[in-house]
Amino acid sequence: MDKPYGWWLPINISTHGKPIDDLINSLHWFMLALFVGWGIYFVYCLIKFRARPGHKADSTEKHFRLPTYIEIGIAIFETILLVFVSYPIWSSVKNDMPSDSDSLRVRVVAEQFAWNIHYPGDDGIFGRTDPELIAPEDNNPIGLDREGDPNAKDDIISINNFHFPVNKPVRVDLSSKDVIHSFGIPVMRVKQDAIPGTVIPVWFEANQTGSFDIMCAQLCGVGHTRMRGEITVQSDEEFKAWLAEERTYLGLEEG
Amino acid sequence: MSSAHGEIHAHGDGHAHEEGFWRKYIFSTDHKVIGIQYGLAAMAFLLLGFGLMLLMRWQIAFPGIQIPLIGKALTQDGVLSPELYNQFGAMHGTIMVFLGVVPMAVGAFGNYMLPLQIGAQDMAFPKLNMASFWVNFVGGLIMLGSFLMPGGAPQSGWTSYPPLANIAPPSQTAWLIGMVFLITSSLLGSVNFIVTAIQLRAPGLSFFRLPFFVWTQLVTAFLLLLAFPPLEAAGVLQLMDRVAGTSFFMPSGLVVSGEILSNAGGGNPLLWQHLFWFLAHPEVYVLILPAMGIVGEIIVTNTRKPMYGYNTAVYAIIFLGFMSFIVWAHHMFMTGMGTAISSFFQATTMIISIPSVIILTIFLLTLWGASIRYTVPMLFALAFLPMFAIGGLTGLPLGLTASDIYLHDTYYVIGHFHYVVSPGTLLALMGGFYHWFPKITGKMFNQTLGKLHFWGTFIGMNGIFGPMLLVGMAGVSRRLYDASIYQAAKSVQPLNVVMTYSSWFLAAAQILFLVNLFISLRKPKTPAAENPWESTTLEWTAPTPPLPHQNFPVPPHVYRGPYEYNTTSREFAPQALQEV
Repeated sequence: MDKPYGWWLPINISTHGKPIDDLINSLHWFMLALFVGWGIYFVYCLIKFRARPGHKADSTEKHFRLPTYIEIGIAIFETILLVFVSYPIWSSVKNDMPSDSDSLRVRVVAEQFAWNIHYPGDDGIFGRTDPELIAPEDNNPIGLDREGDPNAKDDIISINNFHFPVNKPVRVDLSSKDVIHSFGIPVMRVKQDAIPGTVIPVWFEANQTGSFDIMCAQLCGVGHTRMRGEITVQSDEEFKAWLAEERTYLGLEEG
Repeated sequence: MSSAHGEIHAHGDGHAHEEGFWRKYIFSTDHKVIGIQYGLAAMAFLLLGFGLMLLMRWQIAFPGIQIPLIGKALTQDGVLSPELYNQFGAMHGTIMVFLGVVPMAVGAFGNYMLPLQIGAQDMAFPKLNMASFWVNFVGGLIMLGSFLMPGGAPQSGWTSYPPLANIAPPSQTAWLIGMVFLITSSLLGSVNFIVTAIQLRAPGLSFFRLPFFVWTQLVTAFLLLLAFPPLEAAGVLQLMDRVAGTSFFMPSGLVVSGEILSNAGGGNPLLWQHLFWFLAHPEVYVLILPAMGIVGEIIVTNTRKPMYGYNTAVYAIIFLGFMSFIVWAHHMFMTGMGTAISSFFQATTMIISIPSVIILTIFLLTLWGASIRYTVPMLFALAFLPMFAIGGLTGLPLGLTASDIYLHDTYYVIGHFHYVVSPGTLLALMGGFYHWFPKITGKMFNQTLGKLHFWGTFIGMNGIFGPMLLVGMAGVSRRLYDASIYQAAKSVQPLNVVMTYSSWFLAAAQILFLVNLFISLRKPKTPAAENPWESTTLEWTAPTPPLPHQNFPVPPHVYRGPYEYNTTSREFAPQALQEV
């Protein structure tokens, strides 16, 4: 494996990330071509048309056609990018949610300054939450109703540690307890604002195992910089083992 | 029309003889004095905003290390605290945009030059003009005062997104009140600019004979007039949320550090973002259009030929102004936007790139067949072109939602918009300063210091914002007090050190500028400052400096287009020249 981070795009371990990277890279080649093209013309003019004895500006009215064609070319290129590249990528990233049957469903509740990862447990149903029940000291930062709701009994809450299996779609329902945060995982090419009062779905699928940063991308207060989470992508067996460990740690009964 | 001119003339003359110190220099209604007041205030704020950034950049390059010399004055251990970092970040943005660049580009250059370039004696409403400056000044004082409030200065970013801003310390209230003053000032100013540019043009100065700079100021004034009121309304709503217990931007059931907020709820934080960006995107064009106007004036003057495609350039900026009202939500692609809405805003964002490319192309084509004089202002104007190109091009991957998924809210965004506003607009403003300094003061500046200032600024700015694009590409989020705990940031940390050293270099170059300013002001007046660049537009026909409250001894008459260089038997034909 190459070094995961450098002075350009970091490693991509998501299934949807390749077209995004291709777009970013090809856009930069396009930008470079335009900039160098303009730059050559610019420098040529600066030298060729510098004021000097015997040289006089040519003020006759001219109409150049080439710039118009370049302009039209740029417009066509942008239209193609828009319609055939950007729209489809956005649509698949934002709309094509994996079905519940073949994906892992997780809730992520952001807060100042942590990521609460809420797994539904073996029953696959998220327990009820209520802000009144929030008790961080009892490992209950999101107000899960463990007493009242049977579905909540096997739910697992992990703080800042987001484990999920490789080669399996993950669907995250993202929300926030307090202010706006942004759920950013650079290597997964994932970014989504967490807006309080709203639940926003996000999906992704990793094609490689490893541990990487979750970074908050939206200023959320004095601890914005500390709002670091970690994803751990692991094999299905390892993931199941981790879930079991967490269950024991939380003192939950075997599902 | 002519009789009205006569009346103002007599009125103005009377004042010129009787005015005491206060009326002449402090509470003046003369657009030139007001322009200089705006300019001095804006310069002080630009230096302050830059100073805040120098402190933040130290922390970014050397996290947790004591700031040399002044660190102990800021915090006990001499290390910039995360609280101060957020305060400085929010105030850097607020100061640079609302108290630095806009007052400089519009309040100073627009105020001083627009009436002169259209051959008017003053603004249409001189008292409104004075009110505009003093309202702006009060707004600035409130912003400065917020640093002294309990809990420190505003710290929720210059964007002040709720709910964070709603629950911020008391100074956020001061920020909102300060913004209401600054916006009111802009509204007073913009009405004045529009009426002046339309009503007070000299006889013969038809719309398509206006200097390009006047056009950019006119479009800018419309943007300010139409875009600012929604933010003023939003500011008042946030103020109500903070002081009167309303919930315009607050949903119910929020839990902040373990406490359930007691607000009624039912509001939506995204409403603020829509209202904010409905202003703040046109605001980007408020920052860049006057700069384009200045660059146009300087380039045409120093190429000694007319502007290529002047009419097209005018239509392009009008179109740009119009389009700037329907791209705002591209700042909000990551807020959970659906495909339909995001498709619309991506499309408008791509469309707005076209007139920007047209304007850049027009400036580049004006160079063809020219006789380019490398004067100090021309160096700044020429450098604007590639810098604005980088700023514009880096907007492409941000404007397409697919690439924005990765780049949104990274340092790439910061690099992008700073290329537009800093090496873009600020270089243009500095060029404008050197271009018009002789006319304003009757004195010439030191050329060598001017050139050193240019190269220092050009290299310093690129040393900051070039590497910043790479830091963003590596995935580092913006507004992080100490990114060094992240893997992505570790690999680009050497770039941060380069950027911080570059910011010192940039600061050193600005000292040359200040030295040049002071020694030039101490020089005696010289006739060489009358029209040193052999320009054609009306301000160069006025006496040096232009007469108080009157500008021109005799109201000028315009006989030709703005840029008649080498089009007649003369090398240049001023607009007020009747016979050739």
